Amino acid sequence: MSGANRIAGAGRLTPAKTARFTFDGKSYTALQGDTVASALLANGVHLVGRSFKYHRPRGILSAGAEEPNALIDVARDSARKQPNVRATVQEVFDGAIVSSQNRWPSLAFDVNGVNNLLSPFFAAGFYYKTFMWPKNAWHKLYEPFIRRSAGLGVAPKEADPDHYSSRYAHCDVLVVGAGIAGLSAALAAAATGASVVLCDEQPEVGGALHYDSGVTIDGTPGYDWAQATAARLAAMPNVKLMTRTTAFGYYNHNFVGLAERVTDHLADPDRTQPRERLWQVRAKRVIIANGAIERHMVFANNDRPGIMLASAARTYLNHFGVAVGAKVGVFTAHDSAYEAAFDLKRAGVAIAAIVDCRDRPGEAVLAEARKLGIEVLTGHSVTNTAGKLRVSSMTVARNGSNAGRRINIDALLVSAGWTPSIHLFSQSRGKVKFDAEHQRFLPGTYAQESVSVGACNGTDALQATIDEAIAAGEDMARAAGATAGGKVTVNAQSTFEWTGGMIGAGEGAGPDTTVKAFIDFQHDVCAKDIRLAVREGMHSIEHIKRFTTNGMASDQGKLSNMHGLAIAADALGKEIPKVGLTTFRAPYTPVTFGTLINHSRGKLFDPARKTPIHPWAEAHGAEFEDVGNWKRAWFFPKAGETMHQAVDRECKTVRNVAGVFDASTLGKIEVVGPDAAEFLNLIYTNAWDSLKPGRCRYGIMLREDGFVYDDGVVGRLAEDRFHVTTTTGGAPRVLHHMEDYLQTEFPHLKVWLTSATEQWAVIAVQGPKAREIIAPLVEGIDISNEAFPHMSVAEGKICGVPTRLFRMSFTGELGFEINVPADYGQAIWEAVWARAEPMGACAYGTETMHVLRAEKGYIIVGQDTDGTVTPDDASLNWAVSKKKSDFVGIRGLKRPDLVKDGRKQLVGLVTKDPKTVLEEGAQIVADPNEPKPMTMLGHVTSSYWSENCGRSIAFALVAGGRARTGQTLYVPMPDKTIAVEVTDMVFFDKEGGRIHG
Amino acid sequence: MADTQTLVRQKTASKAEQAGLATRRAPLAGKQGGSATVILVPAEAASRISLRARAEDVGALSKGLGLALPVKPKTSATAGERTALWLGPDEWLVIDQSGADLVAVAASSGALHSATDVSHRNTAVIVSGPGAAAAINSGCPQDLALAVFPVGACSRTIFGKAEIVLWRMAEDKFRVECWRSFSEYVFGLLSEGAEDAAL
Repeated sequence: MSGANRIAGAGRLTPAKTARFTFDGKSYTALQGDTVASALLANGVHLVGRSFKYHRPRGILSAGAEEPNALIDVARDSARKQPNVRATVQEVFDGAIVSSQNRWPSLAFDVNGVNNLLSPFFAAGFYYKTFMWPKNAWHKLYEPFIRRSAGLGVAPKEADPDHYSSRYAHCDVLVVGAGIAGLSAALAAAATGASVVLCDEQPEVGGALHYDSGVTIDGTPGYDWAQATAARLAAMPNVKLMTRTTAFGYYNHNFVGLAERVTDHLADPDRTQPRERLWQVRAKRVIIANGAIERHMVFANNDRPGIMLASAARTYLNHFGVAVGAKVGVFTAHDSAYEAAFDLKRAGVAIAAIVDCRDRPGEAVLAEARKLGIEVLTGHSVTNTAGKLRVSSMTVARNGSNAGRRINIDALLVSAGWTPSIHLFSQSRGKVKFDAEHQRFLPGTYAQESVSVGACNGTDALQATIDEAIAAGEDMARAAGATAGGKVTVNAQSTFEWTGGMIGAGEGAGPDTTVKAFIDFQHDVCAKDIRLAVREGMHSIEHIKRFTTNGMASDQGKLSNMHGLAIAADALGKEIPKVGLTTFRAPYTPVTFGTLINHSRGKLFDPARKTPIHPWAEAHGAEFEDVGNWKRAWFFPKAGETMHQAVDRECKTVRNVAGVFDASTLGKIEVVGPDAAEFLNLIYTNAWDSLKPGRCRYGIMLREDGFVYDDGVVGRLAEDRFHVTTTTGGAPRVLHHMEDYLQTEFPHLKVWLTSATEQWAVIAVQGPKAREIIAPLVEGIDISNEAFPHMSVAEGKICGVPTRLFRMSFTGELGFEINVPADYGQAIWEAVWARAEPMGACAYGTETMHVLRAEKGYIIVGQDTDGTVTPDDASLNWAVSKKKSDFVGIRGLKRPDLVKDGRKQLVGLVTKDPKTVLEEGAQIVADPNEPKPMTMLGHVTSSYWSENCGRSIAFALVAGGRARTGQTLYVPMPDKTIAVEVTDMVFFDKEGGRIHG
Repeated sequence: MADTQTLVRQKTASKAEQAGLATRRAPLAGKQGGSATVILVPAEAASRISLRARAEDVGALSKGLGLALPVKPKTSATAGERTALWLGPDEWLVIDQSGADLVAVAASSGALHSATDVSHRNTAVIVSGPGAAAAINSGCPQDLALAVFPVGACSRTIFGKAEIVLWRMAEDKFRVECWRSFSEYVFGLLSEGAEDAAL
């Protein structure tokens, strides 16, 4: 038995196909195709949650994506667990573990229900007013309390074991929504041969036909027509039909995000399937066929379990075969609710009464009600309800009268009419217009190539909807370039034409009352809260929204926005369009993080760039550090060595013997063309036309503002070919910087730039024995000191492989940088290592590289400079040409601020206690006893223990730094103040003889 | 495990020494992947240049290279083992499967140009099978419908967070070129895309 309230013969589910699930630990039987909501209702369960603020018992309000109340936690196991799922869209699967939220210790008895009694203290704006003072209570008391109370549901602690995927797609026409309008539009578009994507959030197509049993299309019941039409469309090669797929975001240029739920409805999903798939669709045209959402009525205590939208009750009956009650009341301002009563009555459910706040409902529905013997109270309203955990009675009063009578019921169906779903239209930046006759906002001015059809466009009549959709389908397909013929006609009849609708508060919930007449169920916002906001001075709907949090819950006010707006307009004494509508934002319904990040996790979160020599370093125990996306060997510890011990050993070994270093990540740009030297003259501060082929030069480049942008060594391979190196992190932006200037400022130059960073593996061999190590491997290049002095470059071979060999040094030692085509990188490294290791040389990493360069006073752009350092600040004036008439930054350098005295300059610092190593970033002062705030002269940019110097060394940017050479300054730290002396920046081999060895 | 690796390394090193040549190691060597509808194979080594030239020199360069350099966006030209892919108004990626010295070939044209060897900068994955386009569309936003991206079409585009050059070699066969250090990422994402394309 799949629930006592299942009506034999009703609905479209198969009685024999059952599924078991638990709700708060109790086991229930459902039918396949049930939602959690329909299965619970079938079993007589209306109480499914507690409200957010007042912890009031709440039931199932809707049968769709708009559900604000019935938020549940759905789990397969401890890791596959999701909070805040709407019970109305979650399909039941065998073994589902469903739990209610926001209650303790149980759903029926919730301690925090006391909030409901205390509600006078929790009025709108409560947080803003209460937590203002005392000031120091915020961090200790208020914030932790608010954070604990805030949010619904509990996120799983374990990693998500499911996977998610992504797909980009293109189509001529994207149709969002597969109800009557969407299906008709898709048929018409597909008939022209256009490529069509049709998506719908529900498991089956049909939209309103799920509940509307009074519709006949082309001679068959509407729902059956929808399924047959879907089958027809799915069989067409130019159509892709996706159900369980929500168009959640409408972005620029008809770019629409779809979330496809692949396995959430399956009991035992194939684990190769992704749980969800993100579709990013670029459509030439978009047809929005989102339908409309029914509104609830706003009256006192309108939130009790058992009170639900009339169309939802009809869905539960006509689709799921479930009666939502045994004695059902109806409170409506719209004809559509009558049909819910008719369907239930015909299914054998007692209808207590239809209470219609209007004096004159539609004649046809009135007549049918009479025929079925249903009492209709026109000009009456429901002014209150009773029932603790489920509605037990409604109080009905003639409009304007205080005397009401109580009618016992166990369910109450409500309808205030229909709100067109303009969410996607609004997301597309379309401007809405107000339809005063029907009190609704409709699509007005389109900002993108799209069109709305059917109920979301304010087209209410059935055949008019179909005709409009077919015309739009064909028009949009033609506009997208489709040419094939094919006319589509669809003929439909419905039993009743509907009239009616209201927005705002009903009888007994007016301005003179303080009853709890909810407009936003999820955030517990009542009609009186909107009025309070207006009284407190909020006049803009945006302010009212934030003050009351109306429409700010995860349902984004799908039910509440229009009611809130109408009440605000009434309180302000303004027309609704003058008060305005808040903007709809993506996503339409919540989207999981898994779907949004899809493949981008673990190894695919971000590319981990590895050099050709990486496997060797890994096999030799290197620790790696991240530099941009690169993994660089940081140091090579031997067994038992700490990082410091390893770095000290590497530093000593390089200076005493030699070291081998993987410099492959250095940026390389090949600059080729007859005007290459002229171009470099303009990009760098120094002169390049004077550089002979076969020679290298250190260069710095500035931004237009005169500050150092990057540096590196440039080798001239031929008259028209330069090999430029950049910092590792700077490679992409330096190429962009150069391209930018080449294309915009110097387009007359015949020169081209190509990134060659990854073409070459670079093996730096540095140290007194560097030449001895590589000499036997090199062919065709005389690497003697005379023939190949410091700052030389030559092309030849190494181990039979072509090489660009540089004689250069970032250590101050005799050094070579062997560039070889990257695929050969590891083999050449191994050949070099086979010679280096027996000589006592070491492999070293980036940390040792940093220490060695600092010992020699070589700066690292980006570490010792920060975008506000001029060449002079960095003592690099020698690299700025005095003769050149132009280069990027030449004017910037002349700005008064850049030449004035007292600028921060890069200097060396030595601590008075040689063992003390400064902290990078530490501030520097002249007088450690100065009262706070102290005058800060600058900060430490680089700081290391130098084993070669037997002491700590540091660089710092210090105001007027060079003039302070020899002065004692202070570095105040939390536990002590460190005395330092200002020095020049070269700490080792001051004469610089070693580099020419 | 570590010992086996050391052994293998020593073996390859000694072999290379015997030949007097260093061993070449492709970044994707040994990788394989795919699904029921997609085959992923690392491409064979090839020579490549990034070719830059002005419009007036295209004729002479085409003669030198033995193929008509394409001048329309998203097009390529193939002659024998050599293909030129249009990347920009003055930029081509030329790939030669026979390993020809393309820098020298381009120089022989006598026309003004820039040719930079990028044979080792780039590597490639051949993606083939009925699900090839879907696998690529897992991370590439291009429209790969045959009418829009026909056989021979090419584009420098993105694949997830990596830049790629995509070339349709046949109806269901693509070459995905990327920089070598991105190849592990590209191959990994293609593998997941291939699996999803088969579902």
